Amino acid sequence: MSDFKRIIAKRKRQDFIFNIVGIVCTLIGIVTLGALLVDLFLDGLPRLNLAFLTHFPSRFAEQAGILSSWVGTLLIMVVTAAAAVPLGVAAGVYLEEYARRNWLTNLIEINIANLAGVPSIVYGLMALGLLVYQFRLGTSILTGGLTLAFLILPIVIVATREALRTIPQGIREAAYALGSTKWQVVRHHLLPYSIGGTMTGIIIALSRAIGETAPLITIGALTFIAFLPPPPIKSQAPFVSVEWLSSPFSVLPIQMFNWVSRPDQAFVVNAAGAGLVLILITLSLNAVAIVIRYRVRKRIKW
Amino acid sequence: MNAGPGVTCWPLKMTMTNDVSRVQVSARVRETEVLHSGHPVQPKANVSELNFFYGKLQALKHINMVFGANQVTAIIGPSGCGKSTLLRCFNRIHDLYPDTRYEGKIILQPSGTNVIGPETDPLEMRLRVSMVFQKPNAFPKSVFENAAFGLRLRGVRGRELQEQVEQSLRSAALWDEVKDRLHQSAYTLSGGQQQRLCIARALATDPEMLLFDEPTSALDPIATSKIEDLIFDLKRKLTVIIVTHNMQQAARVSDVTAFMYLGELIEVSPTQKIFENPAEKLTEEYITGHFG
Repeated sequence: MSDFKRIIAKRKRQDFIFNIVGIVCTLIGIVTLGALLVDLFLDGLPRLNLAFLTHFPSRFAEQAGILSSWVGTLLIMVVTAAAAVPLGVAAGVYLEEYARRNWLTNLIEINIANLAGVPSIVYGLMALGLLVYQFRLGTSILTGGLTLAFLILPIVIVATREALRTIPQGIREAAYALGSTKWQVVRHHLLPYSIGGTMTGIIIALSRAIGETAPLITIGALTFIAFLPPPPIKSQAPFVSVEWLSSPFSVLPIQMFNWVSRPDQAFVVNAAGAGLVLILITLSLNAVAIVIRYRVRKRIKW
Repeated sequence: MNAGPGVTCWPLKMTMTNDVSRVQVSARVRETEVLHSGHPVQPKANVSELNFFYGKLQALKHINMVFGANQVTAIIGPSGCGKSTLLRCFNRIHDLYPDTRYEGKIILQPSGTNVIGPETDPLEMRLRVSMVFQKPNAFPKSVFENAAFGLRLRGVRGRELQEQVEQSLRSAALWDEVKDRLHQSAYTLSGGQQQRLCIARALATDPEMLLFDEPTSALDPIATSKIEDLIFDLKRKLTVIIVTHNMQQAARVSDVTAFMYLGELIEVSPTQKIFENPAEKLTEEYITGHFG
């Protein structure tokens, strides 16, 4: 009898210890993030006002703003998404639904998994060689956007495949049994049902790309830029313009990097302000991902 | 005699492999009986020397039988006997998976199409032969869109689409329950209603044959009896094949029952006969619950 009690007490003790260890580990993560955010807010919040958002960078810390860099960040993201989403989703659908399982697809799969782990600066080097020197696209928004698109392509492919895998095989069989072609199954069933997971993956990938600095510096992004790219909408026909694609650019993390490296403390405060804007953009992107996931999950339960 | 399942199984298997040819011949003789006994029945599908392989594994061995038109044929047998595999040959759903191979013929009457012939497009068979699966697998779309999907694939639209959807929901005995919620998600329906929606979806396109793969194994008894009534009514319009591991169900809904064991067809007989006076010892032992 007392034997049982001893064994139970011992096990409960183990349980308790692991519980404590778990809490400590979790807290280390959460407290670090919290401290980081609080620090950034305390430093950056006083600097955050309309003027900061609507001014170009300047030699004087008080007058400097992040207009060109946040516009640059948004435009780069537009190009990145426009390039990475169709390519990544199509590749993911192909690999998951069309490709036969053989050594070639296995090789491609291993490659994609490895690509996701390649350091971002290597993508920068590749883009410098391929896009800037070979295709002569220059250090433009197009080049920057494509560079980051390469970077997140594996993430988008993997997210698409994961989302497709959550669709039960019975749904595919039902659609095929009605006489659908593969494309009809993909178009009418698989893409709509997996959109929650795919969109979440895409947004997470974009919020990773938004903070990338190294590959953009490698291709030669500017650190000081006092003009905006030409507007995409014009007053005369044909009303849309793609001139902005070939414009030079800066992005928020590069602007921050530039400011942080200056000796003047006032610029470091500016960097905190820019960092705050960057974090807010990232958090709102993630919020959008959560909302999409929640909505789709409410509609589709397997 | 009853020494336990492990012991009874082995001699059974032995008799089977020894007497394969005899079993096939007797099965074929009884098909003729089916077709000519009682009221005359037209053949709908002639299966001859059908073999089916998953890679190297032979799942169906020399199946020879006739499915009567406007009859319900039940296929029974223990798990893994190949009954679902046989059913899934009829709409070529096996073709979705790599390393599957057919041999032999399944000739659909009156068109004479060889279902598993290399010249036959699997898409054509799926347009002509509908299927209802074990688990209700309605699409996460509205009730209407579920019933309409097969029709949309065939380019039916507008007023005609609405009428055919309503008609199929009526044939599946679901219309009265869903007519006020056609545009709600199919997932708001109960399991039994979802399965009837799947039947409506399969019926909407006016198929020649309807395949049921254990359609009630995920449902409660009331939902099950509704679906059984439905299956019984459906044979006026088309030919039905139902795979079931529930022998009472086979007895209730089918005209003809086929018993399969280890990929072979052991016996085909009118349902009443197979349950009251089976010709094969193996069938009798399965029906009386000695193994399975």
